[in-house]
Amino acid sequence: MSDIQIVEAPPGVEGSGFFATSLDKAVGLARSYSLWPLPFATSCCGIEFMATMASHYDLSRFGAERLSFSPRQADLLMVMGTIAKKMAPVLRQVYLQMAEPRWVMAVGACASSGGIFDTYSVLQGIDEIIPVDVYVPGCPPRPEAIIDGFINIQKLVQTESGRRREDPKYQELLAKYGIL
Amino acid sequence: MQNHLLLTDNDPQSELSTLNLGPTHPATHGVFQNVLELDGERIVSGVSTIGYIHRAFEKIAEHRPFYQITPLTDRLNYCSSPINNMGWHMTVEKLLKIEMPKRVDYMRVIIMELARITDHIVCNGVLGVDTGAFTGFLYMMQFREHVYEIYEEICGSRLTTNIGRIGGFERNFNTIAFDKIRKFLKEFPPVLREFEALFNRNRIFIDRTRDVAAVTAETALSYSWSGPILRAAGVDYDVRAQEPYSSYQDFDFEVPVGTNGDVYNRFLVRNEEMWQSLRMIEQALEKIEKEDSSIFHAAVPEFYLPPKEDVYNNMEALIYHFKIVMGEIDTPTTEVYHAVEGANGELGFYLVNDGGRSPYRLHFRRPSFVNYQMYAPMSRGMVLSDAIINMSSLNVIAGELDA
Amino acid sequence: MAKISNEELLQKLVSKFDDKITQLGDPYDLLTIETDREEIISVLSYLKTDLDFIHLTDITAIHYPELEKPFGVIYHVHNLAGGIRIRVKVFLAAADVHIPTATEIWNGANWMERETYDFFGIIFDGHPDLRRILNVDDMTVFPMRKEYPLEDPNRIDKKDYFFGR
Repeated sequence: MSDIQIVEAPPGVEGSGFFATSLDKAVGLARSYSLWPLPFATSCCGIEFMATMASHYDLSRFGAERLSFSPRQADLLMVMGTIAKKMAPVLRQVYLQMAEPRWVMAVGACASSGGIFDTYSVLQGIDEIIPVDVYVPGCPPRPEAIIDGFINIQKLVQTESGRRREDPKYQELLAKYGIL
Repeated sequence: MQNHLLLTDNDPQSELSTLNLGPTHPATHGVFQNVLELDGERIVSGVSTIGYIHRAFEKIAEHRPFYQITPLTDRLNYCSSPINNMGWHMTVEKLLKIEMPKRVDYMRVIIMELARITDHIVCNGVLGVDTGAFTGFLYMMQFREHVYEIYEEICGSRLTTNIGRIGGFERNFNTIAFDKIRKFLKEFPPVLREFEALFNRNRIFIDRTRDVAAVTAETALSYSWSGPILRAAGVDYDVRAQEPYSSYQDFDFEVPVGTNGDVYNRFLVRNEEMWQSLRMIEQALEKIEKEDSSIFHAAVPEFYLPPKEDVYNNMEALIYHFKIVMGEIDTPTTEVYHAVEGANGELGFYLVNDGGRSPYRLHFRRPSFVNYQMYAPMSRGMVLSDAIINMSSLNVIAGELDA
Repeated sequence: MAKISNEELLQKLVSKFDDKITQLGDPYDLLTIETDREEIISVLSYLKTDLDFIHLTDITAIHYPELEKPFGVIYHVHNLAGGIRIRVKVFLAAADVHIPTATEIWNGANWMERETYDFFGIIFDGHPDLRRILNVDDMTVFPMRKEYPLEDPNRIDKKDYFFGR
């Protein structure tokens, strides 16, 4: 027996010589294991992300080998670190440049809620300006926690409809942020 | 911003192009924005914009009691948090005139030098990445993880350590911590040697870094530089040697100095500093053996937070705990400046105290902030790819830059 | 250069500038003097050229709202060869927060003064590029002054009704 593990097939109808599943599930599976993250690293959490990507923790194992520094080609926006009010328009612009389907992960206390920096200059959580899918707690989160957040994103990707942008709930959410 | 550039965009004479580099550019390793005016590949002028993660540390510090400022210092230079933590602790200890036991000093030296090593690992590793060699970075990062494991053994966290307390450490180093430090001392030198073998005499690396962004000592001093980049320019100023704190005077170490302040010199200086740090850790381990192994903080119950079990079971400890937390300890009304040699240069704490619960004013002299201001002027005449390497070798940390 | 003591240093400064310099003490062996804004540039250049204080460590400010001259600008200068530091203070009235720039003496003063302007609104006359540096450009207040709060006054998520009060 080889000890190489491969991804479980999505639920479907099996029989001799065929396998049938819905397109959504197959697409979700394919997407979830080839997410291209855009690391929007501003401060301390960015250093932990560096550790997550480097040799010891190796996020590539989860199909995120290819970092996309261009928002146009990215699927997942990972916001790591404090977002100051000066930075907020930049972050929003980066989000708007991303093509659907797109997901957002707020890594660390600052990105989630402003963290210990309850001050005049810091945005109190990125969800004030862009919608967020997964929050990762910690100041900074350990690389394991970042990986856990990433796996949660993968689960979302697998279970969501293949065309999330047409979902009225999603559209309503975007409208709340003034994004159409 | 336009009026700081030589020619405006709509000037018909302009053959220059304007390039906005940052604030989220992958080549800049942090949030730095530079608007550069380019003549082909060559930079004609540039304007740096900073403040993209300004978090108002100094304002927060005016609202926090002394011991709650330690977590703020973590987030200044997060590549080497323990140096900042201990710099702050030593500032308060200087204010309160607390005499530290030698063993605590040596323990601090171990942690601070480990922090210096991790910081230089990141800086030199990333410099390798920017010149085209990813291997060194991946290889060295493994050993940064080993240092983080040592921190975890001592204080429980990895990056933002909040290590130690005012008056010492919150607990003694356990035997596993010492074992891990010894293991690191044994395993890291061969790796560092390999890392040096990969770069130091590598033709490609030398071609890409030598004479790039060379700085004379006079210019470096007039821009108030400090730390490895000043030493690479040939000035032997090291706070550890000149104003020894935490018993650095007991240690035998050398201050490596470069000749012309270019990127290659900075790389070599940082590498040599890692060797010196290893040397100091070894000496500290030897010295610690001779001290009473039960001491890990100074005997100052009025300033040092008592252990939690004593707070619950011991009247005196409860009183001190209450007084410290509520800020009812008498502190002198005066001002103090304390500098430590951070990984990037002189990290200073200027504390003005009015005897209250929190500082009246606390100013951080942040080496990254002071060092980075020369970036735009020195980029003039450089090609763009050299400017990127120059930024990596300045090792500007956004948290420290923007406070 | 041999290490000179604080007393000798003070002596030299007093003999040069006479009553323009007041000693404020030497807490923790760091000589602290006060001068006024007419003299500050000549004091700093004298320190740099004649007394070898070549390294400008830091420029910052402090705000004492209750004083007659509430704003203090504080310079830390370092003599690297002699291993001695000095702290120079200048106090300014609230209505007139002008002080000459030190960028003529040290290039490094540039951003330090911009930071001080950004936080306290101290205006450094002759500074080549006195703009905000850390805060957003359209900010109207100087946040490190004591009257301004730490938290953003516009935020609503801490209102009592969120907590049933």
